[in-house]
Amino acid sequence: MTNEFEPVIIGFTCNWCSYRAADLAGTARVKYPPNVRLIRLMCSGRLDPTFVLKALASGADGVLITGCHPGECHYIEQNYKALRRYLLLRRTLAQMGVEPERVKLVWASAAEGVKLAEEITRMVEEIRALGPLQWSSHQSSVISYQSSAVGGQSTDHWSLITDHSPEGVTA
Amino acid sequence: MSANGAKPKFAMYWAAACGGCEIAVLNIHEKILDVDANFDVVFWPVAMDAKYKDVEAMPDGSITLTLFNGGIRNEENEELAHLLRRKSKILVAFGSCACEGCIPALANLSSSKEIFDTVYGTISTDNPNGVRPQYTYPAPEGDIHIPAFYPVLRTLDQVVPVDYYMPGCPPESHQIAAVVDLIVKALHGEATLPPPGSTIGAGGSTVCDECPRARNVKTIKKFVRIQDMRADPSLCLLEQGIPCNGLATRSGCGALCPQAGAQCIGCYGPAEGVIDYGARLMTAFASVIDSKDPVEIERILDGIPDPAGQFYRFNLAKSLLRAAKPAWAVNSDQ
Repeated sequence: MTNEFEPVIIGFTCNWCSYRAADLAGTARVKYPPNVRLIRLMCSGRLDPTFVLKALASGADGVLITGCHPGECHYIEQNYKALRRYLLLRRTLAQMGVEPERVKLVWASAAEGVKLAEEITRMVEEIRALGPLQWSSHQSSVISYQSSAVGGQSTDHWSLITDHSPEGVTA
Repeated sequence: MSANGAKPKFAMYWAAACGGCEIAVLNIHEKILDVDANFDVVFWPVAMDAKYKDVEAMPDGSITLTLFNGGIRNEENEELAHLLRRKSKILVAFGSCACEGCIPALANLSSSKEIFDTVYGTISTDNPNGVRPQYTYPAPEGDIHIPAFYPVLRTLDQVVPVDYYMPGCPPESHQIAAVVDLIVKALHGEATLPPPGSTIGAGGSTVCDECPRARNVKTIKKFVRIQDMRADPSLCLLEQGIPCNGLATRSGCGALCPQAGAQCIGCYGPAEGVIDYGARLMTAFASVIDSKDPVEIERILDGIPDPAGQFYRFNLAKSLLRAAKPAWAVNSDQ
């Protein structure tokens, strides 16, 4: 065992191309580092920037977005939508201080198992060099209370709100 | 009414806020007399003299309704949030700052050091000795303490449990009046309050739903700032390339800005079901850009020079990332 930092990368794959590329890499026994956790979407056009932000805020060190090559989308042109969202998200993330290497968009067809494995390997090494992102531990280091009221308890409001302990009061 | 016939108690407090919320409450005109008729105002620093120790002396849960506006920027804000939570039956995060951070939360893009450098060290600041605030000062009479500045501004519900959220910068007066009506009715047993955690004084849909401008299929070749063009007064602003946030923003204001010829900037916060307000806007804006060429897309995106400001002007503290990386550096030198 080593204490070397192992990046956690969330990878969003398209059902029709990059997910199959990852599958092909597996059946062809092409090796790539196990740091990436793949999540299958039907299309890269399904990728809401919320997914990326949620991954980073929850502890991922990087996010890999993959889709069909331009002109080859199963849903005609949704991968262009993914491209535009990625380019806009990248600008916002730069203002948030997230290094550009941490969120990447890669095109990979169902035949490109080797290419996908190479891209993953490169990304893991780049993020390993950057070090951990630690967004979630930053957030929890600031005393945080998330409202437990959300989620629909109902009814007797007047008796419900009584006891709130004075946690964290300073001075 | 409580059993002994005394009026229920009302409080309003401002933390990191501008004071606009207080003005909005006073702007309910003669309805303010209903507040006075139905409530005993026990604490409202803007409108009356009261000391924190007076609040501390009140029994826990003795204030029926507290409207808390402002974000949690420093130690004092946090202390009062805990104090008022303890003393209040119903604590309302009142206005955009308390709900989602609002303009003060844009400071979450910068480190504390950058903030202090800007306030105390720019060329327009008369501060020849480079004086910076010290949290403790040893005066002859004893140590004087001022509240410490926190590296990241938080929303009220990130500090204490909140019963209701009332969005808006500030909340519209007619919405405040409606909420006052509802609570007064509930006090008399004539209405029931919504479940805890609800957003009150606003709609559940989007500003677009209330906007009378005509909408067609959107295809954008260029984003323009509203002052740089003469916009068609009857056509959707986003369709004309003006970055209008109405499509992700909660309804409730009556689409005031688009009707006055200005784009929605998002002060009513995310619409029902939106997890990350900025992400929803990025999704929407990117979807309607009419280009497949990366170079051209980048050129079109140059029309939004400050994406974080465009997408998180009111919502940064409540967004998934909440603050930029430099702001999280807690130990940064102040």
